Order: sequence, then structure tokens, then C-alpha cells
Amino acid sequence: MTTVDTTPPASETRSTAASLLRLARKNKLSTFGLVMFVLILLAAVFAPLIAPHDPLAQNIVDRLQDRSAEYPLGTDKFGRDTFSRILYGLRVSLLIGLTSTALAMVLGCALGIIAGYRGGWIDTVIMRCMDMLLAFPTLITGLFIVAVLGANFINIVLAITVTILPKFARVARAPTIALKEREFVEAARALGYSDTRIMSIHIAPNIMGEVVVLASLWAAYAIRIEAYLSFIGLGVAPPTPTLGTMIRDGFNNILDAPYVSIYPGFAVLLVVLSLNLVGDGLRDAIDPKLRD
Amino acid sequence: MARYIIQRLLSTIPTLFGILTIVFVMIRIAPGDPALAILGDNASQEALNAFRERMGLNDPMIVQYWDFLKGLFSGSLGTSMVTGTPVTESIGEVLPFTLELAFGAIFFGVIIGVPLGIISALWRNGWLDYFFRVVSLLGLSFPAFLTAILLILWLSIEWRIFPVISTPTSGGLWDRIYNLILPALSLGLIMVAYIMRSARSAMLDVLGEDYIRTARAKGAPGRRLIWHHALRNALIPIVTVVGLYFGLLIGNAVLTEIIFNRPGLGKLIVLSLNQRDYTTLQGLMVVSALMIVIVNLLTDICYALVDPRVKLK
Repeated sequence: MTTVDTTPPASETRSTAASLLRLARKNKLSTFGLVMFVLILLAAVFAPLIAPHDPLAQNIVDRLQDRSAEYPLGTDKFGRDTFSRILYGLRVSLLIGLTSTALAMVLGCALGIIAGYRGGWIDTVIMRCMDMLLAFPTLITGLFIVAVLGANFINIVLAITVTILPKFARVARAPTIALKEREFVEAARALGYSDTRIMSIHIAPNIMGEVVVLASLWAAYAIRIEAYLSFIGLGVAPPTPTLGTMIRDGFNNILDAPYVSIYPGFAVLLVVLSLNLVGDGLRDAIDPKLRD
Repeated sequence: MARYIIQRLLSTIPTLFGILTIVFVMIRIAPGDPALAILGDNASQEALNAFRERMGLNDPMIVQYWDFLKGLFSGSLGTSMVTGTPVTESIGEVLPFTLELAFGAIFFGVIIGVPLGIISALWRNGWLDYFFRVVSLLGLSFPAFLTAILLILWLSIEWRIFPVISTPTSGGLWDRIYNLILPALSLGLIMVAYIMRSARSAMLDVLGEDYIRTARAKGAPGRRLIWHHALRNALIPIVTVVGLYFGLLIGNAVLTEIIFNRPGLGKLIVLSLNQRDYTTLQGLMVVSALMIVIVNLLTDICYALVDPRVKLK
């Protein structure tokens, strides 16, 4: 009896991974972005150890101070240390941004793969729904969902997930249509493997390259939406510091103490920029057409 | 061409229908009783009942849905739960402000982004190209409020060229334009990055085409080659990018309006959020989704007009 090898061609996946690494190393900007992101992530995770002050401790005597040894990035109108608050705010931003991107990635890819693999009416129904979601301006959809359901961690994650999910479905669907005609998928089908198994074990790993690029770019976007939502007043409930709320509160004192809102703004910029640098470099690496 | 437009129009009907349904369902699954949310906990049972009756909240879901659709087809988005004014009226009042902001932003995005993209493409892989690409990546990452705050600090507070609060006062045309410049620039800077990138890649694509090589071989002078042959064709993808990012633009316009304290959809959204005015919110969602659908439709039609190959697909 002959055995048929139904694992996806290993050489293919390995070489993609290897060339990705090689190209990422060659692309200094994206490596820089990655280092920056990891540093920010570490700073957020270890915020309780790094933060010089309690982010919630008010000290009215020291209100609206400029930078000093005691307060590295100054204080807000309640005398709270901006640097410590930014570190804690980053935790909220990253937690919400990364959780919702991960959720959107898993659900969106699953929907995209099912649509591409099954085709027919299932494809039409799924993709039509995705098109409808895409028709809403993302920020306004997010606002709407959070406003209707109430502003808390779960609803914010849900809102962001729903707004970026269709992008993943679209990206996962196209390569699935091409992959389902490939020999290793046909072989798996001939062996009687279930569709679920084929989709999750044989197809999903082969589309991960593009999906990961998209994930880093949309994570940047998700973090920005979280900041926008909390800026508008639909963020995680106070007193938990969030970057958006800090910017909004600081904006009221823009004439006396502009840095109160500028520093958290730059914190958002740095996180988003680092993820964009990573995603941009990776995209150039896997799409030779853009690399010129 | 007419057939393509009709086909494209027909294909938006199911999408529109879906959008309306999503908005309707979202509002209805909202936890809490809208009557209680608006009239407060101290409202009497009669007042609550009267409110529910007036808003049609006592009807079965399917009847409410039918009324909602019927209203839409007669051009009505219902009346505000809080003020009782027709939603179309309150949206119609502020929509022109958001639209002028969006078009102002596109204007700045194009006049800054297209030349930068062309320069990048012409000096491809040179230091200038590299520099602009880094700048565009930085631009893509800038949160809308940070751009706005920095512009206010520099141009309004430091140099005192523009007002901090961009609410048009006298209503004259110049006053309106003057108040528009800073918010539009702030929003336009976000577009610059996107437009610049697409201008660069479109220009690179076109410069590699055979007809450019032919024109060059025929001795067409460099400037004429770029303006006459290359740029005109490179503009097509740029139009698409503007269409594609219109949703992003509207979303960011909301934030820009809030920061600059301008009237517009943004302020209306925040107001109706705070007042829990669900009917106005519903109307705002419908209108913003409609705008995106219309812009996408126009983009596709423009594309088909300039590139006949599109229709064949």
C-alpha cells in the first residue's frame, strides 16, 4: 500500500519563513520597528516596576508641572505623574488593541477560508456580509457599537474586532481559492479527511504570511481606534488611565500646559509607528512587486 | 457604459439593505429601555408608556422594521428621541460642514501628496525617496488628534495665524474658508501619506510601461513626458485611493471636528451619544454608510470612464 503525503510541502513553508527572516533582517527599518514595539510592550508589562509614581495618586501642589527629575514627563491638572500614567495607559491600549486584532484575525481568517474553500452560496453570503461591514466607516461603527452596548473592556474589544474582521476575511479568501486546487489539498480530500481538518491543517498555515502582515498593520489601527474611542469618552471607565482620555483631559489645559496632552499623543504615535514599520517591512518582503 | 452603471447601481441594493438591517438590529439589541434612558428613573409609568407609544416601541419588531424602511423610502429618518426634531433636519444642518472639511482635506492631501509621490518615484531609491517614504510612514501613524493639537499649538497659539476654535461666525464665504483651512490641513495631512504612497507606486508602474519608453525613444522632453504621458495615467489609481479612504476620512473628520469645535457630524454624534438619542444615532449611521456606498459607486464609475477595460471584468 502506498502512502500519500498530505502535509503541505514543508520546504515551501520553511523557505517562506526563512526568506521572511532574511528580508526582515535586511530591512533595517522594520527591525527597528520590531525592537521599538518589543520595548514598548515590555514597558507596559512591567509598568508597576518602572513607573516612578502611582498613576492614580493625586498631588494638587504639583499640578501641571513641566518635566523634572521627579516627574519625567510632567504632571496633569490633578498633579498625577504623566509618565506613570502613560505606562499604565499603554497596558490598556495594547491589551485592547492586540486582543481585538487576534480575535479579528482568527474569526476573519476562519470566515475567509470557509468562504473560499466552500464557494457557492456560502461564499456569497459570507462575503456579502463582509462587504456590508466594510461599508461603515470603521471609527463610526466602533463608536456606535460601544455607545449602544456600553463602554467597557469587552464591548470595546468587540467593537474593534467587528470593524477590522472583514479585512482579514478578504485576505484569507483569495489564496484559499488558489490553494484548494493544489495537489496536497486534493490528496487530503482523496484520503477522506474532513473539510474542517483540511481547512485548519492544510490551508490555514499556508496563508499565514499575508495574514501576519495584515495583523501588524491592523493592530496599529486597532490601537488607534481604542485611543480615539477613549478620547471621545467611550473608553474603559476611569480612573484607569487610557491614552485617549489623557489627551482629551490635557487638551482642556492646552494653553497653560500643552505637554499634558502631547506626551500621551506621542505614546500612541510610537506604538502605531512601530507596528506600521514592522508590517510595512514584512509586506515588502513577501510582495516582491512592492519591493522594487 | 449606461449598462455598467445600472449594473453597479443594482449591485449596491443588497448591500444597502443589509446596512439598514444591521443598523436597525443594533439599535434594538441595545440593553436597557430607551424610554427609561431618556426620561430618567423618576418618570411616571404614564409618561414612559406615552413615550414608547409615540416612538413605536410597543409595536412588534417586524412592524417597527417595516416602519423604519417605509420612512426611509419617503426620505425620513424618524424624529429625534430627545428633541423631537426630524433627524434628516439635524443631519442636513451639519452635513455640509463635514463635507466641506472632507473635500478640503482631499484638496490638501492631493496638492501635497501627489508632487511628493512623483518626486519619490522619479528619484526612486535615492535619499529623497527614502526620506519621503519614512515621512509617509510617520504620517500614516499619526493619530488624528495629535496632528490637530500640534497644528493648533504652532499655527494658532504660537504664530496666531488661525483661530483655535474653528466655528464660522459671520457666515461670509471668506470667514468660512478661513475657519476651514486649519482643520482641513490637519485632516489632509493624514491623507497626504496615503495619496503620496499611491502616487509613487502608480507613477512607478506607468514609468515602466512601453508607451513611456516609446515616447522617450521618440525624444519627448522629460518634463512633457512626465506631465503629459505619465501623470495623466498615474492619476487613475490616485482617484481610487481617495475613494477607498473616504471612510477613514469621515471617521477622522469626526475627531477633527471635536478638537476644532466645528459643527458637523462629529459633534452631532457626540451629542446624541451623550443624550442616548438612538434615533439620531441610527440616522447618522445610515447617512455615513450611504456616503461610503455612494463614494465607492462614483469611484467605480470614474474608473470605468477612464479605463474601459474595467467594464469587461
